[in-house]
Amino acid sequence: MIAYLVKRLVQGIAVMLVISALGFAIQSHLGDPLRDLVGQSLGQEAQQQLRQDLGLDDPYWAQYVRFLGRVVQGDLGTSLFFDEPALQVILKKLPATLELVFAATVIIVLLSVPLGVYTAIRPHAILSRVIMGLSVLGISTPVFLTAILMISVFSVGYGWLPAFGRGDVVPVVGYWETNFASLDGLSHILLPSVALAAIMLPMFIRLIRAEMLEVLQSDYVKYARAKGLHPLRIYYVHALKNTLMPVITLGGVQIGTMVAYTILTETVFQWPGMGFMFLEAVNRADTPLIVAYLIVVGLIFVLTNTLVDLIYALVNPTVKLARMGA
Amino acid sequence: MSLLSVRDLTVKFAMRSQTVTALHQISFDLARGERLGIVGESGAGKSITGFALMKLLSAPGYIDSGTIQFDGTDITQAPEAQMRRIRGNRIAMVFQDPMVTLNPVLTIGQQMVETLRAHRKLSRRDAQEIALTKLREVQIAAPELRLKQYPHELSGGMRQRIIIAMALLLDPDLIIADEPTTALDVTIQADIMELLLKLCQANKVGLILITHDLGVVSQLTERTLVMYAGRIVEAGKTREIINDPQHPYTQGLINALPQQTLPGQMLKQIPGAMPVLTDIPPGCPFSPRCAFALAECRRLLPQIMQQGSSEVACHEVNRLHSDLLLEEGR
Amino acid sequence: MSNLLITPPPSRWARFWTSPLGDSLRGNPVALVALLVFSVIVVLALLAPVIAPFDPYDPTQIDIMNSDLPPFWIPGADPQFVLGSDDQGRDMWSAILYGTRLSLLIGLAAVALQATLGIAIGLAAGYLGGRVDSLLMRLADIQLSFSTLMLAIVVLAVTHAMWGAAVFDRYAVVAVIAVIGLAEWPQYARTLRATVLAERQKEYVDSARVLGFGPLRIMLRHILPNAMSPIFVISTVQVGNAIIAEASLSFLGLGLPASQPSLGALIASGFDYIFAGSWWITALPGGVLVVLVLVINLLGDWLRDALNPRLYKV
Repeated sequence: MIAYLVKRLVQGIAVMLVISALGFAIQSHLGDPLRDLVGQSLGQEAQQQLRQDLGLDDPYWAQYVRFLGRVVQGDLGTSLFFDEPALQVILKKLPATLELVFAATVIIVLLSVPLGVYTAIRPHAILSRVIMGLSVLGISTPVFLTAILMISVFSVGYGWLPAFGRGDVVPVVGYWETNFASLDGLSHILLPSVALAAIMLPMFIRLIRAEMLEVLQSDYVKYARAKGLHPLRIYYVHALKNTLMPVITLGGVQIGTMVAYTILTETVFQWPGMGFMFLEAVNRADTPLIVAYLIVVGLIFVLTNTLVDLIYALVNPTVKLARMGA
Repeated sequence: MSLLSVRDLTVKFAMRSQTVTALHQISFDLARGERLGIVGESGAGKSITGFALMKLLSAPGYIDSGTIQFDGTDITQAPEAQMRRIRGNRIAMVFQDPMVTLNPVLTIGQQMVETLRAHRKLSRRDAQEIALTKLREVQIAAPELRLKQYPHELSGGMRQRIIIAMALLLDPDLIIADEPTTALDVTIQADIMELLLKLCQANKVGLILITHDLGVVSQLTERTLVMYAGRIVEAGKTREIINDPQHPYTQGLINALPQQTLPGQMLKQIPGAMPVLTDIPPGCPFSPRCAFALAECRRLLPQIMQQGSSEVACHEVNRLHSDLLLEEGR
Repeated sequence: MSNLLITPPPSRWARFWTSPLGDSLRGNPVALVALLVFSVIVVLALLAPVIAPFDPYDPTQIDIMNSDLPPFWIPGADPQFVLGSDDQGRDMWSAILYGTRLSLLIGLAAVALQATLGIAIGLAAGYLGGRVDSLLMRLADIQLSFSTLMLAIVVLAVTHAMWGAAVFDRYAVVAVIAVIGLAEWPQYARTLRATVLAERQKEYVDSARVLGFGPLRIMLRHILPNAMSPIFVISTVQVGNAIIAEASLSFLGLGLPASQPSLGALIASGFDYIFAGSWWITALPGGVLVVLVLVINLLGDWLRDALNPRLYKV
């Protein structure tokens, strides 16, 4: 168990090193840090002097190490646009994105499992065909079109739900302000989270359905029937666990995609989260913020992947024992 | 009254392009506590017979006609709920490969206890006690530990013993064993066979042993059915079928056994292969490979007829027999 | 006596129609309609330079006075602009035709790139085995976990910031194709590797080797054809994914610019007007995009089921 965690830790650090190296490379090649600091007003000699003082003429790797040192301490540079530490800017926007992702994940989990299982158990029922039809439509529609469609129907068309922004948020602790504490907040988070869920839901339904269909053909399910067990027990005790295990792994891979979709969703709904911030930073060529975003996203990515792997290892009895060296 | 009575059972498969008949009018009886073997090559229909008896045919297979009577009750049209009460409870099955039969994510204990509690009102503690008793019957060491273990932690032989223990959990009247020893090492095979024999005799449990292995059948069963291309071609006492096979196919099977060949000689194979279900020749299905084939064999399907103590479906055998009768002046 | 009538051999179409694949198509009305719609779209897109009444790339043909005209079924429409015009005065019908053409081009080019790369890597990994194999598969795993879209966004964002809008726009098409193409190779690589591993055991590979055929020839002539089925199935879905990816990138402003409108860029250009004003600038190309990807996905689903070697199917 410990050995496994250590191994994953080392892997995670390696990935973070690569990402930070990329971030540093981007930073040093994108724009001129000196000019960002002082503009064009200084003369050549003064500029040269400042370069040396700031260590901008030092060898590449030295600068990189210094960069790493700063990163580890939490200093990811200062945003050109906000004139605040980049990390602070991101942390302020992080809760908005996390709540959005959380809400979407809840919707996905609550819907995909029953729908996926149902379409596997009764593949020819009308409801199954409808679900599968909507699923194909779902994966054929880019997330921003879904978002636009939802806004035009529910906001502009019926006027039930607001079209953009976070609405009334209630402060919780530190930078965290939540949407879930007020009715207005909930109404604002509803459409974006449904739009975000809508693009990943069909994929999970199809995945669960495919896995379940395969599991239902397996010998141990046939044997369970031969023992006279009730179908409900066979579906939910014997089949479901085996179905969900590969889904966990494959679902984990989708985390990266989810981050990308978040950027798109936040853009359509003008949701003030990390994704929207990143896009604006790109448009404004706010290099420190761009690099900071990449590093933070990289970290989130490594953490979630490790978490998913850990969950899988704990849930799958064959893996657990293999590791414990039986 | 016999425990199991099958009459003219016909099973078909509705495929995309056509409907294929997998079993043609299978008929046989099984007395209480009797051990019956069903032998044949792969694809002959042996496993399908086993599953059909439990009404466990998976789509697109279905029972087309015929009757299955179990302990006096006609279960051919029985609804699922009724079959569920029979499965695992009065008729138990043992599958071929214990590794894929046991659910890898559930412990042995969970899988045994659930079987008991599905058919009887028992507390978990009591169910575990019964499970432990059965595990000891199949001579598994440290049964308490096994209950907490997962299938992949145990050896193949131990897994099959557990499956046999699971089959006996509810003291069934009949066990259907589909190739129970095929996936095991040769050394373990003998142990399992001996165990099965002892348990069936001790508990007076009927056994239908489905296998392609004549050696296994000769050791375990009292009567045997020989199947070919979905039909029974010979039926009778195991000893007589092994020692004095009547049907040309059975003879071919016996002759093909390595024990029948002297060292240095070529093994005597039956030429050709069993036809695919979609492509069965007219008349007797064995005729293309039969050394004794007559003209009528290719036209007319032979019926099963009593010949001495065996039943055989073969024109040539009928002819020989009637010749014999004529000679004896009957 | 032999029959002296000579019948002409069946045409290729007739042979396809009666093959198992054609059977499956005939029995599946959804797939049939999908194929039909797809063919229509492709033909129209290919003929865009011929049938489009205007050239949306030609600034001399655009008059700002013609802007924001609605499609023909809404009062105030101009018969010259059948599906309306956008905020610059471009004809929507022409823009959609050219846009579909560009989207399809990008989709197919990107898939060709990822397929070639993935097949090459997969063949190498499977055939060479050992350390090379583990390394390549490790890379594939890592690549798979970073989503293509995220990777594309990052790469294109950085190049956008580095080169500035003017330079970027000139190379946008190539950049998008390159990014999508280079990011999605793992799927192909995995499939090819599996095929190589399976076929390597078979005797015909040994006999080919004995005959002195080099590994490259064995892989290309003998092993590769066995993987064609899954390659086709994967490719259809990937074309759809590539088209959506390009649309998403263009929507974010990281893909094609408004001057080279793909369907995605068109949708993006109309984003500001959806809820008040010229909604058709986004809605019409959006609808075409969804229909296009939908029929591609339906065809992919059908292909997957049809090529699946399973014996029993009710």
